[in-house]
Amino acid sequence: MKYLLLIYSNEANMLSRPKSAVEEVHAAYGAYTEAMTNAGVIVGGERLRPTASASTVRVADGKTKVLDGPYAETKEQLGGYYMIDVPDLDAAISWAARCPGASHGTIEVRPVWPM
Amino acid sequence: MACAQEARETAEAVARRSYGKLIAFLAARTGDVAGAEDALSDAFAAALVDWPARGIPDNAEAWLIAVARRKTIDALRRRRSGEGAVEELRMMAEELAAAAASDIPDQRLALMFACAHPAIDPGIRAPLILQTVLGFDAATIASAFLISPATMGQRLVRAKNKIRQAAIPFRVPERAELRDRLDAVLAAIYAAFAEGWSDPAGTEVRRRNLAEEGIWLGRLVASLLPDEPEALGLLALMLHAEARRGARRNAHGEYVPLADQDPALWDTPLIEEAEALLFRASAMGAIGRYQLEAAVQSAHVVRRRTGRSDWAAIERLYDALSAITGSPVVAINRAIAVAETHGPAAGLAALDKVADDGRLAEYQPYWAARAGLLARADDVAAADAAYQRAIGLESDPAVRRFLQQRREQLRARS
Repeated sequence: MKYLLLIYSNEANMLSRPKSAVEEVHAAYGAYTEAMTNAGVIVGGERLRPTASASTVRVADGKTKVLDGPYAETKEQLGGYYMIDVPDLDAAISWAARCPGASHGTIEVRPVWPM
Repeated sequence: MACAQEARETAEAVARRSYGKLIAFLAARTGDVAGAEDALSDAFAAALVDWPARGIPDNAEAWLIAVARRKTIDALRRRRSGEGAVEELRMMAEELAAAAASDIPDQRLALMFACAHPAIDPGIRAPLILQTVLGFDAATIASAFLISPATMGQRLVRAKNKIRQAAIPFRVPERAELRDRLDAVLAAIYAAFAEGWSDPAGTEVRRRNLAEEGIWLGRLVASLLPDEPEALGLLALMLHAEARRGARRNAHGEYVPLADQDPALWDTPLIEEAEALLFRASAMGAIGRYQLEAAVQSAHVVRRRTGRSDWAAIERLYDALSAITGSPVVAINRAIAVAETHGPAAGLAALDKVADDGRLAEYQPYWAARAGLLARADDVAAADAAYQRAIGLESDPAVRRFLQQRREQLRARS
């Protein structure tokens, strides 16, 4: 069963952190990714650039409309994701809880709709 | 050859005895509660056609499971496609066949843990357990919980979809997690019981039944987890409350507060069963909120022998409960106990400590407790105002009349 772990956190806080704190978070993510790789649960995952770099695209009446910025302005922003393959929701929740982002932000756990 | 009536009676008996067991068995293998309900209901319908014609099978449960299994696999086949799915179906069919051939394992506890999973909305856990373990229909549950049947139906469907789509597991959690997760199961059972108990006049049959079903579920969990003190504590608490059901109203249907109840009207066998459970639980050395609440009931029950509740013990128990729950409701009950041990002024001082908790502004028992203590402290004007708040917030007409009478007595005194 595949689950997408969506990592939300306060981007402004993250960007204003001192260099040492950023390095610490990077190291924690490195260890976390390695643990998921060793457990054989990781399918994929990426870090995203800040929402300032986001563009929003919609097509209406055959015209492509592009806006600068993310889809929704929220207090916490999507900063990255992991796709994992585990037996059930309890396993997915236990991996989500280990994600470094879970202790300063929120992880949304979404089951993948199998096609 | 069985007649149609005999077949129906057998089917009804099996449904009463084994409904939750059959649903748990089917759902645990597919992760699909709604699918299990549909398949079992088809199997019962098939039984009513097949049994009168060919005779009632020796093992009716196994017969129903075999039919429900075929229905389940057909339904899965329709829903899924692809090579992986075919393999998965084959394995599932084999596993179901092997399990149904022998005794059906009791997985009702695993089903309850799935229904009370932290990923399920707390408000729907009790209704979900009533539906899946006891087979209540949505309309009955809705009327017991005072929610419209359409809303209750939608919320139940949503919860079952969540279990299936998010793959919430059907299993009793590991030791390390068990206590936390068990709390949610016990809270759901207690919520079902409390809905039923809150109809003190016993005029609404559905709600009264809910209290009995809550106790039935409590007995089930206590028998499946005999070494979990909180499971025993919850059962003891419910039995203590149930023992006093009849004493809460006098012959004229008027509300009788605990302090004025006649202990002779309490149900002795229920109380003794509760006391024995609590004794067993306390020997296990892991205290929790249900054991403490049951112990409070136990301290009230000593009135049968001594003529007075053990208020000093009640105050200590509420101290401990307060430390665990931090609940303002516990603080109110503690203040009442303090008033009994140290006088109304001390009780009021304890009540003042929670007075600015916003949740209490619309909580009737807070104002009723406050009014009672102010009256005893001879602060008539403030007591009168507190009674006014309590009366305005009460929904039970018998309790409202009782509060109004208390206020009349207070006014006559001044």
